Amino acid sequence: MNVPTMAELTAQGIQPEVLFWVGCAGSFDDRAKKITKAFVKILNKAEVNFAVLGTEEGCTGDPAKRAGNEFLFQMQAMTNIEVMNAYEIKKVVTACPHCFNTIKNEYPQLGGKYEVMHHTQFLKSLLDEGKITIEGGSYKGKRITFHDPCYLGRANGVYEAPRELIQKLEVELVEMKRCKSNGLCCGAGGAQMFKEPEKGTKDINVERTEEALEIKPDIIATGCPFCNTMMTDGIKSKEKENDIEVLDIVELIANAQDL
Amino acid sequence: MQYLPNILFAILLIIGIGFFAKNVRKLVRNIKLGKAVDRTDNSSLRLKNMINIALGQSKMVRRPIAGILHIIVYVGFIIINIEVIEIIIDGLFGTHRVLSFLGGFYGVLIGTFEILALLVLISVIIFWIRRMVIRIPRFWNKEMKGFPKNDALYILYFEIILMTLFLTMNAADTAFQQANSGNVISQFIAPLFSGIHPETLHVIERTTWWLHIAGILIFLNYLYYSKHLHILLAFPNTYYANLNPLGEFDNLQSVTDEVKMMLDPNVDPFAAPDETESNDDSMPEKFGAEDVFDLNWVQLLNAYTCTECGRCTSVCPANITGKELSPRAIMMKTRDRLEEVGKNIDTNGEFKLDDKNLFTTISDEEIWACTSCNACVEECPVNIDPLSIIMDMRRFQVMEKSAAPQELNVMMTNIENNAAPWQYNQLDRLNWKDEN
Repeated sequence: MNVPTMAELTAQGIQPEVLFWVGCAGSFDDRAKKITKAFVKILNKAEVNFAVLGTEEGCTGDPAKRAGNEFLFQMQAMTNIEVMNAYEIKKVVTACPHCFNTIKNEYPQLGGKYEVMHHTQFLKSLLDEGKITIEGGSYKGKRITFHDPCYLGRANGVYEAPRELIQKLEVELVEMKRCKSNGLCCGAGGAQMFKEPEKGTKDINVERTEEALEIKPDIIATGCPFCNTMMTDGIKSKEKENDIEVLDIVELIANAQDL
Repeated sequence: MQYLPNILFAILLIIGIGFFAKNVRKLVRNIKLGKAVDRTDNSSLRLKNMINIALGQSKMVRRPIAGILHIIVYVGFIIINIEVIEIIIDGLFGTHRVLSFLGGFYGVLIGTFEILALLVLISVIIFWIRRMVIRIPRFWNKEMKGFPKNDALYILYFEIILMTLFLTMNAADTAFQQANSGNVISQFIAPLFSGIHPETLHVIERTTWWLHIAGILIFLNYLYYSKHLHILLAFPNTYYANLNPLGEFDNLQSVTDEVKMMLDPNVDPFAAPDETESNDDSMPEKFGAEDVFDLNWVQLLNAYTCTECGRCTSVCPANITGKELSPRAIMMKTRDRLEEVGKNIDTNGEFKLDDKNLFTTISDEEIWACTSCNACVEECPVNIDPLSIIMDMRRFQVMEKSAAPQELNVMMTNIENNAAPWQYNQLDRLNWKDEN
């Protein structure tokens, strides 16, 4: 797997076309690392001239900001912006909607102005440019539902790119009752990922999983590492892990091509 | 003595409108207690939003049944109020149906009003059934007990009474019935009065006329005390609403200034405080929101605009799963606190500290249950933003009180130490590349 860093490319005098912002989950979380690798495989296959920041990357500050710690958020933001500006980054792609939202919307005012894309948008553009092809492979004919990540959907109005990619897999795309702008959160946003939920009658991810089970999908597709964790946990709590897979869209695309 | 009714009418009108104007001034004063926020940009888009969302009710019809019924009541309410112009002229100058010189057109006008009045009556009864018989859950949440519940019902009863009075007034108006133009609905009520002495009928007509206008003035003045202010405030509220992507939370400028200084190697850490700053007696800026004064005026406008429909709460993932948080309750509690502060100012001339703030009624449990998913913001038919208040209160808890939930403190410590919310070394960030 070819994963050049900005530092390496800069030393060779190469300016990559796009920075792949891996994010903390994508770097450290065992499940999310698979998503990261699937995306890299596709970038490699499409011969995209990309780079990662590697050890120079740090948390965007999203969970700190959503937890109310504006200081910590801005410290992270300014540190990251300094690094990215030093490398003259113009375009950023990330597989995490939280990183996507933060860099796209909250960094510009602090001096970090980049074109920011979610990986599903980026993959869609690769598809449109003919740099990748998407085929169904073993997924052909399966029932797939897409769980909208809040920070991709409602927060930034991206609903179609992920769906268009899924449809290219020659599958049956089925929608949950609450989808797109009405989508129900997985329960991880707003720094909830890092704490136990408040007292209630049910966990949010279980509520969402039950809704997904109603439409009997073979696969629940996600576009966010946190949603992925929450939905995977939900499926496990319903003991359906042998029947239903929770996969990121980029994993579907990469797996279908045996990458 | 013959001018007595006219004088009485003028007095009623002056008191009714005067009292309302006084409350509007209070409303504006209270909203201005909020911090400044610039929402003067992009006026064309703002206007467009106001026309679509407030005037055009575009977000109401996301739920078709309630949406369509609401549009009927709304259109009916506005159009029937054209009739008030005639009532005011008649009342002041002692005329009777002064606009009837319009002839056939007058008939069309009143006929339209009558049809709308009936439609409003039917819609309002369906609203009542939805609340009280079908008991749609969002009308029965915890925060909808006592006044908030009754408030909603009072308004429904009010509308029923006003519409009934209007139709009865027309039915009891012998001359109007005889003209047989525009009495589309009232002609079916008129037979109920057959056999009644013309004098008595005239008294009925006059009584309903007076009660109708008095009712309208009472309703106008009830607005300020009820959730019903949205019929006016929906317009400024949609105009001044946030236009940025919902996921974009504001960056606190005060924090930016400090962080920039901390990161600037040229800053002298031992420098004396800025002269201009030390001469400034004002309090250093508070981070986040502890009380209504720390919210911006649009957030306060939001609080007054909320009509407690509960669509936000019905889509809130935390509320759906039984957590304490209800976005509607956040808005209601903010408004109640703002009202309390307003009354404090009325009594004392200026705000006198009262040991209360937003946290008196809004619990930590509520603000920490939020997933910041923006479902409430997306759902609100008039673009209220409960999430921004929750976030500002979190900011206060964390930056002023260091009172975040313990697990979040761990997460934040990790970010500070190793630039990730978990305890992994930053130097291991690329290890995934070589793992299998």
